[in-house]
Amino acid sequence: MIERDEVLHVARLARLALSEQEIEAMQGELSKVLDHVAKIGELDLDGVPPSTHVVEITGALRPDEPRPCLPREVALASAPAVSDDGFLVPSPQA
Amino acid sequence: MSESQIIALSATEAAAAVIAGELDERELYGVYHRRAREHGGSDALNCFTWVSELSEPGGAPQRPLGGVPLAVKDLFCTKDVPSQSGSKILEGYRPPYTATAVSKLQQAGATMLAKTNQDEFAMGSSNESSAFGPVRNPWDRGRVPGGSSGGSAAAVAAGLAPWALGTDTGGSIRQPAALCGIVGLKPTYGAVSRYGMIAFASSLDQAGPLTRNVADAALMLRHMVGQDEADATSLAFPEPISVPDGVRLDGVRLGVATQLSAESEGAGGIEPGVAAAFEATLKLAQELGASIKTIELPHAPHALAAYYVLAPAECSSNLARFDGVRYGLRAEPGGEDGERGLLGMYTRTRHDGFGAEVKRRIMLGTYALSAGYYDAYYGRAQRVRTKIAEDFKTAFQDVDFIVTPTSATVAFELGALTDDPWAMYMNDYFTVPMSLAGIPAISIPCGLAGDGLGPGGNGLPVGFQIAGPAFSENRVMQAAHALEAAIGFDSAAAFA
Amino acid sequence: MSEVEYEAVIGLEIHVQLSTQTKMFCGCGLSFGEPPNTRTCPVCLGLPGALPVANEMAVHYGLMIGLALGCELAPRSIFHRKNYFYPDLPKGYQISQYDEPLCKGGRLGEVRIHRVHLEEDAAKLTHVGASGRIHGSDASIVDFNRGGTPLAEIVTEPDIRSAEAAADWLRLLRVTLRRLGVSDVNMEEGSLRCDANISLRPAGSEQLGVKTELKNMNSFRFIERGIKAELARQEKILRAGERVIQETLHFDPNSGRITSLRSKEQAHDYRYFPEPDLLPIAISQQMLDRAREAMPELPAAMATRLEQEHGLSAESAELLAFKDELGDYFEAAVREPVDPQAPPQALANWLITDLTGRLGEGQAPLQSRVEPGALAALVGLVAAKRISVGAGRSVLDKLVAEGGDPVAIVEAEGLGAMSDGDELAGIVAAAIAANADAAERVKAGNAKAVGPIVGYVMRETKGRADGGEVNRLIAQQLGA
Ligand SMILES: [Mg+2]
Ligand SMILES: [Zn+2]
Repeated sequence: MIERDEVLHVARLARLALSEQEIEAMQGELSKVLDHVAKIGELDLDGVPPSTHVVEITGALRPDEPRPCLPREVALASAPAVSDDGFLVPSPQA
Repeated sequence: MSESQIIALSATEAAAAVIAGELDERELYGVYHRRAREHGGSDALNCFTWVSELSEPGGAPQRPLGGVPLAVKDLFCTKDVPSQSGSKILEGYRPPYTATAVSKLQQAGATMLAKTNQDEFAMGSSNESSAFGPVRNPWDRGRVPGGSSGGSAAAVAAGLAPWALGTDTGGSIRQPAALCGIVGLKPTYGAVSRYGMIAFASSLDQAGPLTRNVADAALMLRHMVGQDEADATSLAFPEPISVPDGVRLDGVRLGVATQLSAESEGAGGIEPGVAAAFEATLKLAQELGASIKTIELPHAPHALAAYYVLAPAECSSNLARFDGVRYGLRAEPGGEDGERGLLGMYTRTRHDGFGAEVKRRIMLGTYALSAGYYDAYYGRAQRVRTKIAEDFKTAFQDVDFIVTPTSATVAFELGALTDDPWAMYMNDYFTVPMSLAGIPAISIPCGLAGDGLGPGGNGLPVGFQIAGPAFSENRVMQAAHALEAAIGFDSAAAFA
Repeated sequence: MSEVEYEAVIGLEIHVQLSTQTKMFCGCGLSFGEPPNTRTCPVCLGLPGALPVANEMAVHYGLMIGLALGCELAPRSIFHRKNYFYPDLPKGYQISQYDEPLCKGGRLGEVRIHRVHLEEDAAKLTHVGASGRIHGSDASIVDFNRGGTPLAEIVTEPDIRSAEAAADWLRLLRVTLRRLGVSDVNMEEGSLRCDANISLRPAGSEQLGVKTELKNMNSFRFIERGIKAELARQEKILRAGERVIQETLHFDPNSGRITSLRSKEQAHDYRYFPEPDLLPIAISQQMLDRAREAMPELPAAMATRLEQEHGLSAESAELLAFKDELGDYFEAAVREPVDPQAPPQALANWLITDLTGRLGEGQAPLQSRVEPGALAALVGLVAAKRISVGAGRSVLDKLVAEGGDPVAIVEAEGLGAMSDGDELAGIVAAAIAANADAAERVKAGNAKAVGPIVGYVMRETKGRADGGEVNRLIAQQLGA
């Protein structure tokens, strides 16, 4: 069973607020899924390379050529709060 | 042409009729537009989250798709059109650009009709995790359409769109196609650009067609594939996509994997109606000249476990951008965790904006990547993935295709699995292995689960999955076409 | 108990903004003070659905840096995601490199290089204080123009033993990078940024002490001062028998104070994993060849060449090659066809001592009014004794102030060395007469007493007289 403290730690890393109820539910649900997932721990995978991609090629690079940028009003159009031509956020220093 | 005649046309037929001058493109659009508004809203199938405001298509019909209306899964970014990925955190979001797959289809002459409902951020197998409510299955409105491309599947099955664009990460095209009695194809990873698809799990996501028949799937895919300079993981398709015309399967070797067959234990119990339809289809394939061979995919039973590490890990990172700063929902601090300021804004925004399933997967993925657990979870899952891809490679030395039931069950009742995440995840048991291997797979309707054959199986469609090696789409669709012709499934059966 | 001697152990982490046309993963042009948020696109704003594609030129520059630092270039390197939340990080992760960087190992001067990797820069966050707009709390504004600028991060081994050595080595790195042409390397403008990992250990010990990371040192002076201050702080802690805490510190150049950046976000867990949107970079032979061909002469090689080609002293050659653009100036000057020719060592001395000394700090000779040809001509005149050293210095003053041609200045000011021996002999005689006391003492064997007589001559000749000739004439006339 995954510990309550672990749920809280992970929620903090993921920037998720959880209600008391959600914490409890999450503990149970995560534990169940992790129990199923843990079965891959029984496989003998010594010497098996990890695959990050199934595509067997290497990265395409982009030529260093400028492309048009978004007009500022478009860039800012969907922002919940703007100020002085920028995105307004609560200060990280506060 | 009458409305019923127009609706009866497949996308391929409709495009041909418009280009031949036999059908007015505006008439075609008008019929679907009206049907979409009438049957697609939240009071009906709830398969659309947006329907075009235009009562007429703009501009002249373009070749080769002749203006055939297209329904597009919500998670594709479409310029100035809501693109919300089924989430409250993106409610009303209208992006400033259009996804490559969509713009390619538009350039080929498809007309944007509607955006389709989906599981939130494509995380789900029943379309019940959508912030915009569940989609109803046109075959039985008390049942789910499957997911995550549930809105796309339901819209096509109900005849509200000639065809639809979906995405598949672990089965999200194939499983809803199966549950709604239509065709769904997940292409080879990299065949279609992911640029503009709101990401769930980047190394697995692929766009693909949901259509009434295999020929329509080929037509749509033809105009989607290709390398895109905006997606570094996209590849040039090695050959043009051809129109399938196969009617025989002579010499074709079909592999049935011990681990992915109707008898396999790992599936958590295949419904008898599904098993019967699958077996009947195998028999039909033999009658068409195919041989059936039993093969082994030893690691396939572990695919789901590996998938539920890899996909949540990637999603936990992909969804970090929803932070209330540049777009989407922002909530004010103040909640259970007592955080204030920036941290409080983050935690509250994400608490309020994400649904339960998305939160679960973000938590799972964050946990699997966090210090101390990486090797046990993410590292191991990547190795399992290597083995699964190897299993398929080995198997394809002996057979041309691997066939499975697409889903262990027919469409289930709304709410039936929402309390048990793993039971819901089991829906993708037969589709996830191909996703991990990055290979193409198609689901075609192979009949209805017969009466009296088991619980929930009464008269609902069953899907038959055909998977081939990377970039074998033409051959996969050729085989699917032959079977489709022999099966003779009535694609209009669930029309609204 | 005898006092323990401590030894400083310093490693540097340098972020270099690369001078590409476009950002690391998108086609937005790099920003040079444009209005905020006018250099963005779906990719660098982290819009849903946008995908990164790596900039070929940034990889090329990364390879050049690797070659210049003698690194091992990885045939295959991969990008990772470094996950953390911050408003200047639009995707919630930075695309960086982790366990398979572009370059590993290497050395520059006395300092070993640990690794060089590519990554993207963060956006700019401006604190605007209480705005009243969000419940009266403090607010910040984000400008994404800089976000996504390509960076090469260079990490050294902890081979540096003093604050001065750190600054010196960084100067060498800067001139090396400038030679490569891969960056503006301007610390004040932030295109070269340096953090230092600092610890102390008892001299002779092999074990490493607890280190701190010092950030925000945006000039060479501050780097020296910052590291010194931190070394002093750590020494005080250790001498008091306490422990240094591993933490990130901020150096305030105005107050000279060091403050902890510790906050509630201290517990970092970046959850690195391979970036699924980017495939591994494979360095082809073609890319390697292209990087090799683009390599200019590097400072160390230049020093050797200057020494051999022009017979300079090793010290002068190194000074010219390692310091800013002195080497380029020297090479331009020494190539000038002036008559009489300037001996290279003399030219180097005039450049290093006289010209540099007359220019303000930070002003490069090439940007001064003194053309390389003018300095060469001036040194040639002095070497041929056409003008005296003193007159030469006056000419240089004039060149620094107004520029121009030394020959013309000498002519106009009448600074040419006195060619008429009789005239100079006459002036010497007058000088002896005017300084009879001094003359007596010189005659009595006090050679040092000659000063006032020489001074008289120099005043009379406005420094045109050759010092050696003047001394010879005085001795002759006094019979001393
Ligand atoms: Mg860095
Ligand atoms: Zn950009």
